[in-house]
Amino acid sequence: MRSRANIGRFARQATLLAMAVLTLYPVWFMVSTAFKSQDQYLGSPYGLPWPLSFSNFGDAVHGGTFLTWFKNSAILTLGSVVLSTAAAALAAFSIARMRWLGRDVFFAVSTALMVVPPVVMLMPLFILFTNMNLVSTYQGVILIYAGLTLPFSMYMLTNFFRSIPNELFESAVTDGARNIAILLRIVLPLSAPAIVTLVVVNGLWVWNELLIALVFLPSDDLKTLTVGVTVFQNKYNLNVPVTMAGMLLASLPMFVVYLVGQRFFVRGLTAGAVKG
Amino acid sequence: MLRTRPWVPYLYVTPALALLALVFAYPVVRVVDFSTRLIRGASGPYVGSLNYQLVWEDPTFRDALKHSALLLLAVPVLTALAIFFAVLLYEGVRGWRVYRSVLFLPYILAVPIVGIVASYIFQLNGALNSMLRAVHLDGLALDWLGSERLSLLTVGIVIVWREVGFGILLFLARLLTMDGEQLEAARIDGAGWWSQLRYVIIPELKGTIEFYVVVASITMLAWVFAYVYTITAGGPGTSSTVLELYIYNQGLRNSLPGMASAVAVVLLGATLVSITLLMLVRARAQRQELA
Repeated sequence: MRSRANIGRFARQATLLAMAVLTLYPVWFMVSTAFKSQDQYLGSPYGLPWPLSFSNFGDAVHGGTFLTWFKNSAILTLGSVVLSTAAAALAAFSIARMRWLGRDVFFAVSTALMVVPPVVMLMPLFILFTNMNLVSTYQGVILIYAGLTLPFSMYMLTNFFRSIPNELFESAVTDGARNIAILLRIVLPLSAPAIVTLVVVNGLWVWNELLIALVFLPSDDLKTLTVGVTVFQNKYNLNVPVTMAGMLLASLPMFVVYLVGQRFFVRGLTAGAVKG
Repeated sequence: MLRTRPWVPYLYVTPALALLALVFAYPVVRVVDFSTRLIRGASGPYVGSLNYQLVWEDPTFRDALKHSALLLLAVPVLTALAIFFAVLLYEGVRGWRVYRSVLFLPYILAVPIVGIVASYIFQLNGALNSMLRAVHLDGLALDWLGSERLSLLTVGIVIVWREVGFGILLFLARLLTMDGEQLEAARIDGAGWWSQLRYVIIPELKGTIEFYVVVASITMLAWVFAYVYTITAGGPGTSSTVLELYIYNQGLRNSLPGMASAVAVVLLGATLVSITLLMLVRARAQRQELA
């Protein structure tokens, strides 16, 4: 009996370990190749990067415009997350705390929009934005990203605002506080965890998005990091170590965010999906 | 509920409403309209179902449709893998928190980066094939990206690799809120690992499974553009072209927005059908719980 339990424990560890190796291998491939010389890579694509070669990073930084791409991604991410969160907070406050005709239908429809894929809206938006001169502008793409992340933001914040105890509102109302003051001074400070979760989940989504960025920001000086890496890859296609150094540089911000904000991901991505 | 003047609640939802109208409502109405027109510039003459006919007769569309449908086969694979690993983690294996962080890691990487890295690993003389040859499995060192038979499979493998972490996290989160008593009772009754899974865990996860299957299906049909674009660009030939790439190519490369819109309408329809199915299933489950 004892030995059977041990076998079970061993089998579980072995299975998980194998899965972990499979999961980490591409990351390891990216990191290790980034530290190889071209000869080392061609000699053995999977061998250890020894002696370490650091020149790829210099080549990658000089060959791509990583700083510009990084700046563009940062502006779009920041702009759309702020806009999406602000619009969602106002709407969620109204949905969760006020009574009005059409409220429940509006909330149901906006929640359902979470699953509508961006590619469906691609052509009409592109033609509209071309006519409005919004293609190749930060504002245009910020509007699109804010709109695409809004259903999730509204869903999260509405549910959170509903969970705030009524007594807190009643005392504020007796004190004569205006609605907007209640939102700003009571609801938002209490909602800090939900808002941080939103910022992390939506920020990651915008940062990683490809299709919209590819279509709406065609000019070189406005490309985002995700589009930039595809350009970079085409340019250095034959020099795999330099390409991998570029990929590693481009993924560093996400690794950092993940290390710092992991619990917010877990909470945010499973919100709404898990009943009870 | 707060007491307000009647127009105040609408004032608060106006910014959100405006954004949703711009990004969802207007484009969805227009895409249906576009699909019935010969678009030149911003609009064009009404042509009825011509775009749909042209799309249907286009062999590239048929390939794209077939490939998108084939990618749905990844859904059961994803679901089974996600449940399996979530259960392993739930059983409190030593170091499960570390494993959870590791298994979720791919999900935070940008899809284009994942796609580009994978496109080198799977090259004919890339890391995977070099390793296989080194252990004398030359027969398995296939042309993963260059062969028409395998390119879609390779894309599917990469998608599963990155997406499974979300499923594991989801099922694990549900398991952690589960009442452990039933499982304990089953264990005391001598139920083995499989029967615990089959008779206690799976029924408990039913709602989450339905949700995940729908979300994963929609992902496979309509959110895989970045994978295909960076791993194979739809090739070789059209062997890994999917519906999204077809919309992108027809609409923006070949300047045929009418045909692109017709496919977008079909895709929207498929998405709406899946989500309606999920809602019906959930409503039925709720009624059963109440009854």
